[in-house]
Amino acid sequence: MEHPLKKLIKTENLPHEFCPGCAIGQVYHWVARAIDELGIDMNKVVLVSGIGCCARGVRFVRCDALTTLHGRALAFATGIKLANPNLNVIVVTGDGDGSGIGGNHLIHAARRNVELTVVLLNNGVYASTGGQVAPTTPHGAYTPTTPFGNIEDPFDLCKLLEAAGAVYVARWTTYHVRPAIESIKKGIKKKGFSFIEIIGQCPTYLGRYVLKLYEPVECINWFKNNSIRKELIGNLSKEELANKIIVGEFVDKEKIGLVERYQKLYGKI
Amino acid sequence: MIKPGSYFMLGNHACALGAIYAGCKFFAAYPITPQSEIAEEMSRLLPKVGGIFIQMEDELASICATIGASLTGLKAMTATSGPGFSLMQEGIGYAIATETPCVIVNVQRVGPSTGSIFGQQGDIMQARWGTHGGIYEIIALSPSSVQDLFNLTIQAFNLSEEYRVPVIVLSEASVSHLRETLKVPDINEINLVNRKLATCDPNEYKPFEAPLNECPPMAILGSGYKVYYTGHLHTEEGHPVLSLVRYHLADKVWRRLSNKIKSNIDKIIRLETKYIEDAEIIVIAYGMSARAALKAVMDAREMGIKAGMLRLITIWPFHDSLIRKLCASARSIIVAEVNNGQILYEVKRAVNNDQKVIPLLKLVDTHTPDEILLKIKEVA
Ligand SMILES: Cc1ncc(C[n+]2csc(CCOP(=O)(O)OP(=O)(O)O)c2C)c(N)n1
Ligand SMILES: [Mg+2]
Repeated sequence: MEHPLKKLIKTENLPHEFCPGCAIGQVYHWVARAIDELGIDMNKVVLVSGIGCCARGVRFVRCDALTTLHGRALAFATGIKLANPNLNVIVVTGDGDGSGIGGNHLIHAARRNVELTVVLLNNGVYASTGGQVAPTTPHGAYTPTTPFGNIEDPFDLCKLLEAAGAVYVARWTTYHVRPAIESIKKGIKKKGFSFIEIIGQCPTYLGRYVLKLYEPVECINWFKNNSIRKELIGNLSKEELANKIIVGEFVDKEKIGLVERYQKLYGKI
Repeated sequence: MIKPGSYFMLGNHACALGAIYAGCKFFAAYPITPQSEIAEEMSRLLPKVGGIFIQMEDELASICATIGASLTGLKAMTATSGPGFSLMQEGIGYAIATETPCVIVNVQRVGPSTGSIFGQQGDIMQARWGTHGGIYEIIALSPSSVQDLFNLTIQAFNLSEEYRVPVIVLSEASVSHLRETLKVPDINEINLVNRKLATCDPNEYKPFEAPLNECPPMAILGSGYKVYYTGHLHTEEGHPVLSLVRYHLADKVWRRLSNKIKSNIDKIIRLETKYIEDAEIIVIAYGMSARAALKAVMDAREMGIKAGMLRLITIWPFHDSLIRKLCASARSIIVAEVNNGQILYEVKRAVNNDQKVIPLLKLVDTHTPDEILLKIKEVA
């Protein structure tokens, strides 16, 4: 039997270069599945990525795809969307790519409310360069560039994006398969800037250095046991919440997007 | 579009108008002196022609949005000055590697760092070698007048569409902030070049396959070709080459990036000469300084000195053999430029060993005719 998503994958580009058990496969699987379930014409989808392990996956999806520069995916995507508003432009990026070197573009794209969907795989490290500390690495974590523990605190990306003006913001982990796919679908349908953060395992670096877990499945179980739905946090104390990953939908609102505003002011692009 | 005729216009406005006449439909930039009037004018003009203007959060984003729009099929431009040009270098490299047509206007100002908003010709080498890597070519043009800013901006678009390469208009503060007469032609009289588009069966299409001296037809995003673009070393199919033992698979594509420019240099290059046939002294200059050079050479001729002028309009690529040929009669060659010597060394490399190459360097603004004449008399 053929895999139901085979038509969406450029199997001729295999093999891929990802480590066994990496979350990247899941993330691209979900993006492809969301597109498929929405019935969107793949000729009108453009996947845009920056640089990093996560960014490398776009070339396996059967649509137009770009691996751009480290951190700049959103700037490219903004140009693409404005140039042809009929395209579904989806940015798949890593935590370092999206919120480290590309953090400025992330907040500005959200502020402009440009009609893009961002799926950010947060594996808590700069995986592609060897697992160094990222703006998302937990305080105290040991990485190749924090040999004595990370003295900085990580971003709460969903709060950041909410403040910046995104109209849809959600966070899930690689344990939350179905809700994550539903969020990606919602994000794609949304007329505005949507942001879906997926906390995912990097068994090679995050697992080894930070979680001290060596099996991908152990990492996913760790996410399961250490995450909590936004709706359930009411009864928990601050201490109990301290090390929890809060998942769920944080923003879901309607606001006119950049392209639509441009067209209202100047006519059709 | 405005009525054909003569207008008294600011250089930066002429540049913006030229872009519109060239068919530019997308402009992304970040404000910086002495570039800002280009962005301001584009924000007024583009919506009228159904185009898009966007002020980005920085120059990194400006060049990337410009490339994104071009990959989506629009003629696209960005404009900046020194500090912003430095920030754009990585993006320019991406445009080179992915063979994305785009125009970058750099109104040069004094550097390094914030330097000053006074003019300089300091970014000649940065335009050539600013992005990392050792095997690439770009095209750069140097305007000397408001008319040039209009004409060369159109030229820049045509060259970038034809060769699928970023083209840099290397203006300078003194030209961009000059007001003088611009003759605006009838739009129908302007020759426009559009990139070749892919027409073959998408299953057969290899996005980077072309003879070594050409560039391949382009499949714009959303046109059904499902292309993959990467700045990574790639094969003719566009696949990244991830191991050294497979380097040969990318070799042709990577060599073609420079070869498509080098092998068409005779078609690309534009120069202006005056009195060089019998000249014993030739002044080589570009940009605003070339205007001073022309006056100086005419004055020298009146004094009976056999002087000539060679103005570089195309700065890059640099046409060694043509420069050597054109300067053949000269005993001495004066290179007048506003930096510590950049084109100077290109000229030294190109001409014969027994010809004296004399620098006439300024560090700010532009040369006066008298400064150049003085040097001619000194050498004569
Ligand atoms: C301008 C620039 N700086 C640094 C790098 C090196 N670099 C490549 S990927 C990467 C980190 C990517 O981290 P992230 O976005 O979290 O992706 P991951 O590999 O973890 O999926 C870095 C620093 C680069 N390619 N370009
Ligand atoms: Mg990462």
